Amino acid sequence: MSATLLPEAPKQQKIPKVHNPKTPTTTKEPLIVQWTLIGISVAFLSLFLLLPLAMIFISALQKGVVVYVEAITNSEALSAIKLTLLVVLIVVPLNTLFGILSALLISHHHFKGKSLLLTLIDLPFAVSPVIAGLIFVLIFGAQGLFGEWLLNHDIYVIFALPGIVLATLFVTVPFVARELIPLMQSQGQAEEEASHSLGASALKTFIYITLPKIKWGLLYGIILCNARVIGEFGAVSVVSGHIRGLTNTMPLHIEVLYNEYQFTAAFAVASLMSILALLTILIKNVIEWRSKEVSS
Amino acid sequence: MTKKMIFFVLFCLVISGCSSSNASEKESLTLLNVSYDPTRELYHDINEAFAKQWQQDTGQTITIQQSHGGSGKQGRAVIDGIRADVVTLALAYDIDEIAKNRSLLPTNWQQLLPNGSAPYTSTIVFLVRKGNPKNIRDWDDLVKDHVSVITPNPKTSGGARWNYLAAWAYAATVNRHNDAQTIAFMKKLYGNVEVLDSGARGSTTTFVERGIGDVLIAWENEAYLSLNEVGKDDFEIITPSLSILAEPPVAVIKKNTQRRGTNEVANAYLSFLYTEKGQEIAAKNYYRPRNKKILRHYNTQFPSVKLATINDFGGWQHAQKIHFTDGGLFDAMYQ
Repeated sequence: MSATLLPEAPKQQKIPKVHNPKTPTTTKEPLIVQWTLIGISVAFLSLFLLLPLAMIFISALQKGVVVYVEAITNSEALSAIKLTLLVVLIVVPLNTLFGILSALLISHHHFKGKSLLLTLIDLPFAVSPVIAGLIFVLIFGAQGLFGEWLLNHDIYVIFALPGIVLATLFVTVPFVARELIPLMQSQGQAEEEASHSLGASALKTFIYITLPKIKWGLLYGIILCNARVIGEFGAVSVVSGHIRGLTNTMPLHIEVLYNEYQFTAAFAVASLMSILALLTILIKNVIEWRSKEVSS
Repeated sequence: MTKKMIFFVLFCLVISGCSSSNASEKESLTLLNVSYDPTRELYHDINEAFAKQWQQDTGQTITIQQSHGGSGKQGRAVIDGIRADVVTLALAYDIDEIAKNRSLLPTNWQQLLPNGSAPYTSTIVFLVRKGNPKNIRDWDDLVKDHVSVITPNPKTSGGARWNYLAAWAYAATVNRHNDAQTIAFMKKLYGNVEVLDSGARGSTTTFVERGIGDVLIAWENEAYLSLNEVGKDDFEIITPSLSILAEPPVAVIKKNTQRRGTNEVANAYLSFLYTEKGQEIAAKNYYRPRNKKILRHYNTQFPSVKLATINDFGGWQHAQKIHFTDGGLFDAMYQ
């Protein structure tokens, strides 16, 4: 970061010299153009981002606070919230671990099949979530690869928690790894090599050298992964079976409510998810701000 | 940091372990009903009444879990391994498929309960906007120019197949069973379809909430529900001169209930649908009850209409083959 900042510094010093109120620079647009451009972007943002967001909260509170609270505290909603959080608790740590390990492997080591691994990590981005869900139905479904064996041993994978976890895990594999790989590649491994040569173990090197170097990128990746885990609809919808109070996650619960004419309740749960999303963005911004402060 | 992480992972495993053991404790007292789209409200009421009854008779508390979706999709889920104790689907074909593909229940399942295992019936009607601005009275009016029709896709929705067959029955009668003319009528009808949703409930939402279309071809119960949920001032129900007797069947998935030890309660649950109480609840939710006495009591709600049956089409297996398989008549007319 500091390397990219340096060449810009001389430019900043030049600006006061060039800038003269009497002779407008070429970059200075007429006032009317400025205001039109600002107007267009503000209108666009309000129409496509602020208005829908506001509508969610307005619709959610349409029938009053009592209905709102009821909608997010009844047993089906609570079990959907619990299930979603449980999936987060399982999937995010696993993908964090996988992300760190694969990023270490790819950025610090050379081996055959490296580009294949990179491609595989990207695969979930390329594959539609619905296909991701169907893959697990084909593997673990009653007529699938392991179907007969699983049934005979009373193990339920799809239409139960393990299936939802697997599908979500698949969809969110790239988030942490993709965040870390370019970061670690650009940072290089000079410090790690120094640490090794001074006799530190691999674990010690990781904890005291690598982790502090990558922590902001790592946190950023975890947050993106977390957001996607909470919001994943397509893959989970295929493997969930939509059993109320058991295998409905929050996004699926919203769809159920909407299809049952309970529009206010649907928007109430949607607003809860929006709040989670807004919190995520907030944390993300704080992290970005902190990491900039640290690097500058 | 890694120590913390290890703790975290362990913590998650413990939590997931606890929750799954909780789930298995609950499972001994639960029943899973895998149903189709428009029965949400019906089974909400039935489940409440049955749980009460079961508690009185046996002292056991029972939780009935519901899963809803398009009938074909739900049948597929049972085949793929969702551990349904009972299925209550839109048409016999979907339950036949379960019996055929996985033999989870005997192939003669339809003879195990009265009335061909269909405890309630329904029919297909039109829902139009208040005042009936396009003056829609019968199937003829749906093929006129500038009439926008909403109906789900018969390839994925059980209700949509009933809609399709009802229209076909009308066209065949009017055209004295001339197939070419009947197909021309159907082609025009589906040419007027503005949105082809994948499920019956999706179509209702398109018509009622999003305000698209002049007429919704719908289950009678779904049409009444729209009136009550959204407002009697917005819509009217039109009953055509000829419709079809829709018989949504129910069945116990015997292999699953034997494995889970829920055979007795599953059978009791489906039998409950045939009791006076069960029939009354069906009628209240706008399904036509089989019980004559209760049907008479609700006769203003269910106008008598000339009804074709699935047997006029040679049964579901035959109808499916002619009309709805890939490359069947529906594919040929809707391109």
